[in-house]
Amino acid sequence: MSPLELVDEKWNEQGAESALSVRGMTVSYGESPAVFSVDATVPAGSMTAIVGPNGAGKSTFLKAVLGIVTPLSGTVTVFGRPLAEARENIAYVPQRASVDWDFPVRVIDVVLMGLYRELGLLGRLRKADRARAIDCLSRVGMDGFAERQIGQLSGGQQQRVFLARALAQDADLYVLDEPFAGVDAATERAIISVLKELRAEGRTVVAVHHDLSTVAEYFDRVMMINVRKIAEGDVGEAFTPETLQATYGGRLATTQIDQLTVPA
Amino acid sequence: MSGTEFVPLSLTPLLIGVLSAMTCALPGNFLLLRRQALIGDAISHVVLPGIVAAFLVTGVVTALPMMFGAAGAAVVAVVLIEAVRRLGRIEPGAAMGVVFTAMFAAGVLLLEQSDTSAVHLDVDHALYGNLESLIWLDATGWGSLLDLEALAGLPPELGRVAVALVAVALFVWVFWRALKISTFDEAFAATMGVRVNLLGVALVIVAAVAAVAAFDAVGSILVIAMFICPPAAARLMTNRLEHQVAWSMVFAALSATLGYVFAGYGPLWFGAQDAVSAAGMIAAVSGAILGLAALFGPHRKRSGAPVDA
Repeated sequence: MSPLELVDEKWNEQGAESALSVRGMTVSYGESPAVFSVDATVPAGSMTAIVGPNGAGKSTFLKAVLGIVTPLSGTVTVFGRPLAEARENIAYVPQRASVDWDFPVRVIDVVLMGLYRELGLLGRLRKADRARAIDCLSRVGMDGFAERQIGQLSGGQQQRVFLARALAQDADLYVLDEPFAGVDAATERAIISVLKELRAEGRTVVAVHHDLSTVAEYFDRVMMINVRKIAEGDVGEAFTPETLQATYGGRLATTQIDQLTVPA
Repeated sequence: MSGTEFVPLSLTPLLIGVLSAMTCALPGNFLLLRRQALIGDAISHVVLPGIVAAFLVTGVVTALPMMFGAAGAAVVAVVLIEAVRRLGRIEPGAAMGVVFTAMFAAGVLLLEQSDTSAVHLDVDHALYGNLESLIWLDATGWGSLLDLEALAGLPPELGRVAVALVAVALFVWVFWRALKISTFDEAFAATMGVRVNLLGVALVIVAAVAAVAAFDAVGSILVIAMFICPPAAARLMTNRLEHQVAWSMVFAALSATLGYVFAGYGPLWFGAQDAVSAAGMIAAVSGAILGLAALFGPHRKRSGAPVDA
């Protein structure tokens, strides 16, 4: 066996085990890069928080990984396959503020959008599809709101509808952008319990997260970004005073950092 | 009014008015929700250089080369607007403003610097269209609808807007889900594999085709009004996209019918001598319907105001 084959085999093996593998992701909106040469390897069945200060490129990184923005460079592999072939394996929950909540659709219509890939352009919507959408709504405690116009919901309820739409996609990799931003405590509990259910089913969760105090409680892995990747790994190993200091610079006081990382 | 009078003189202008209004209102629904409603205005400006260029190439003032010229200019404008919007990362309104004023100015320059200024390129025609003149002289009554010989004498504008309406409706029907999802949540649509940029350009090109087909018959005032007023009024009637599109079709047809009748007979009811521009009256009626919907529509409150901001 030649050395080259050995490398190839090892590479393939790693790609197959990981739900998401990113190499050399670089994105620029203007002169300086928003994300610079970030690698990531997310094991299947894990729950990863992406943390970093405002403007550190967390959302941009996710959008580039999912092909929503075009990166300058970088390769993405999802369950060992290139992104374009793995789309049905990915569910995405965008930032709630990114859409117009005045749009003329009802809650159920938004959840049914999660089925559009399955249905195709003209596939008929059947009773079973509708029942599945209602089921997804009930998993986030929103089944009583199916007929409401989306603008009539509170911020937390809107976020739960977005999560229900992702559940309808029935994917193996769930990618969420700030799912807990601006939501009430009840919604936060509902969302985290759904995410933990997903992990229990063997699915993989990656979420941009801004509340450092709940990282250790909610997630088992963490990835710290500030344009470049600072750290990645299990929360116990990667979420340390040193990495927090490196990621946030002077923005966190030493006492805060100690509180965050002291084992409970 | 008897069939012998109505069919030759009023049936075809009325039909052309209704079909033109519906052709423009249909894509208008999506343009409105994408905050691109002014694209109709932009298209009506950019077709000028296209029409002048078509005249320079062919040397004649006939409908078909003009339409191709106009359509070509519209497509160029659409691509430029998308390019400016995406490369410059600015909002669509600004991109449209830059492109359509520049192209309109280029059209005026082209007109000035060539021999076309000697030819009668009618400004009134471009604004109001010539709906009243699109009569069906070969018709003698309702029976003419079954008479092949008489049908051959139908104004060609009728066939053109009918084809345009079918084309626009087919596009909206086939790409309904893709249009709905990418208009509501472009990022999510992209993750599902929808080619959102391509679809956005396609929608605007379809709107341009609708505008150009309707232009020749009904003029730019009506085109601009129909892109905006029926969909905007429809949005105030319902909170569901499917119903909004249906309402917009009803409002478009209603505006065209009422507007045509008011223009022809309204002034007489008030003792005036002449009829007024049908296209202008149709646009005015659509504006009045929007006004009524804004005052009395069931869903006129901004329900989506930020709850926790």
